[in-house]
Amino acid sequence: MKTLLVGEYRDGKLLGSTYELVAFAEKIGADSAMFLVGRESDLPQYNGILYFADILKYSEFNPTAHKQMLLEVVAKEQPEMIVFSHSSYGWDLAPRLALALKAAQVSEVIDFVDGNLVVPTCNSKLRRDVKSKTAQTVVTLQGGAFGLSGEPSGAPTLVKIETDATAQVEFAGYEAVEKGGVDLSKAEIIVSAGRGIGKPENIEMIANLAQALGGEYGASRPVVDAEWTEHNRQVGTTGQTVSPKLYIACGISGAIQHLVGMKKSEFVVAINTDRDAPIGEIADILAVADLKELVPALTEKIKSL
Amino acid sequence: MKILVCVKQVPDMESKFRVNDGGKWYDEADLALRMNEYDEYAVEQAVQLKEQVGEADVTILSIGSDRVKETMKKALAMGCDRGVHVVDDTSYAKDPFEIASIIAAFAKDHSFDMIFTGMQSQDRGSAQVGVLVAEILGMSSISTIVEFTFDNGQVTARRELEGGLKAIVKAKAPALMTCQLGLNTPRYPTLPNIMKAKKKELLSVEVATLLQVDAVQETTRMYFPEKKGGGIVLEGDVGNMVNEIINILKDKTGVLT
Repeated sequence: MKTLLVGEYRDGKLLGSTYELVAFAEKIGADSAMFLVGRESDLPQYNGILYFADILKYSEFNPTAHKQMLLEVVAKEQPEMIVFSHSSYGWDLAPRLALALKAAQVSEVIDFVDGNLVVPTCNSKLRRDVKSKTAQTVVTLQGGAFGLSGEPSGAPTLVKIETDATAQVEFAGYEAVEKGGVDLSKAEIIVSAGRGIGKPENIEMIANLAQALGGEYGASRPVVDAEWTEHNRQVGTTGQTVSPKLYIACGISGAIQHLVGMKKSEFVVAINTDRDAPIGEIADILAVADLKELVPALTEKIKSL
Repeated sequence: MKILVCVKQVPDMESKFRVNDGGKWYDEADLALRMNEYDEYAVEQAVQLKEQVGEADVTILSIGSDRVKETMKKALAMGCDRGVHVVDDTSYAKDPFEIASIIAAFAKDHSFDMIFTGMQSQDRGSAQVGVLVAEILGMSSISTIVEFTFDNGQVTARRELEGGLKAIVKAKAPALMTCQLGLNTPRYPTLPNIMKAKKKELLSVEVATLLQVDAVQETTRMYFPEKKGGGIVLEGDVGNMVNEIINILKDKTGVLT
């Protein structure tokens, strides 16, 4: 099989997820070429042809131009699979390319078994095996699902590409990350609140347990979206990535976007009423309980030690 | 101004799922159903846009069996003006390309100025339909928005990227937005608005009149992930649980020493 890997560049940096695409091609035993809109001074370590366009000319977000150049490369390389990361870049561009190619797109692939693409469904509670019916297939890979066994190496053979396609939308720059507040990345103990806390007043309960343990408190996305606490406490893809010695997830179901942010924790305790919650998959202890009872009881006991 | 919002009815993700007899989708029996969470933000943004511009008509579209009308009524109670129910008892088996083609076939003759969709559904989670609809219609689209402003036909949106970064993207109407969680604060329908919604137009369209394409992919099997195990599951009395957790933490981590 032949694959075309679509590397990713953001905010002036080549993204490490680009190597997850290489790992996927290796895993399925496919040949590959790569496409990247990036900078010539910062190319991926990769042995193969790299179809390259300058990001200063084509911008980090210009789906029309990126799609047009990809179509040219696909016509030249005739890959059976075109592989993106399931990221803000990938899930935006992949459907545009898939439609132009009249190809199936299979999103958030986590495995490839017996010719089936495996994808999570229903907040990772279920899996689906999916088969494409088209000669070419566009896939996006779940972040972290594939990894290189060693360090990336090699030097690509550059083939420069261009397009005169004009942008349909205008990329007007980035808005910087909210600065200040809590740096959870250095915390050794984190107690995090999820939607299961039920109401904003219960943040205090979570903060109290964190304090009793000498740690910080964090939150999952729904808690931040509901403005029950500030964004700089959010753990996950769009928040902070943490690696504490102890992570206590209270009422957090364990959406992949959250797991990505905390799976490097050394020890994970999950408190959840749902025994099947995906957080149980990565927890060292899953306490099936109402956090509103267990958290205060645990706090009192720890204070008394 | 004409606005279209697409909504999907999905199970509550806290539900206890079972795989159906065909082995390719979940069993719908006993599931609590609700509006796809992402779509609530889409509905809210459409209604806010209507309130901003004054003269606007918001159509809500949903594909599925009769049960999706419940979800459509919620959208109407939130402030949408009319509903289009695409009647399809097997919509769950359709792939994102078919679903997008159905929506685009409906939308193409209605010259909508703005279309809002969720960025993905909570059950399938393909994150394709919105962008595909726009591409089929040849319309500009911005995905995963967390901020939206509209000024005289000019959209300025913020796309949510990873690590807290946002991209500022501008587009001219007609355009399609796929909405990310946190875009706004979806309103709760008030009782008077729920009553008013009952009188709003809810048109039914047979899916066969809109579907002119074949599926490009198929689900061959649905199943539960293998439990990787390793973790200790504690159940029962909370007092005992507290002692067990503390003993394990003392034993396995350095944090309580």
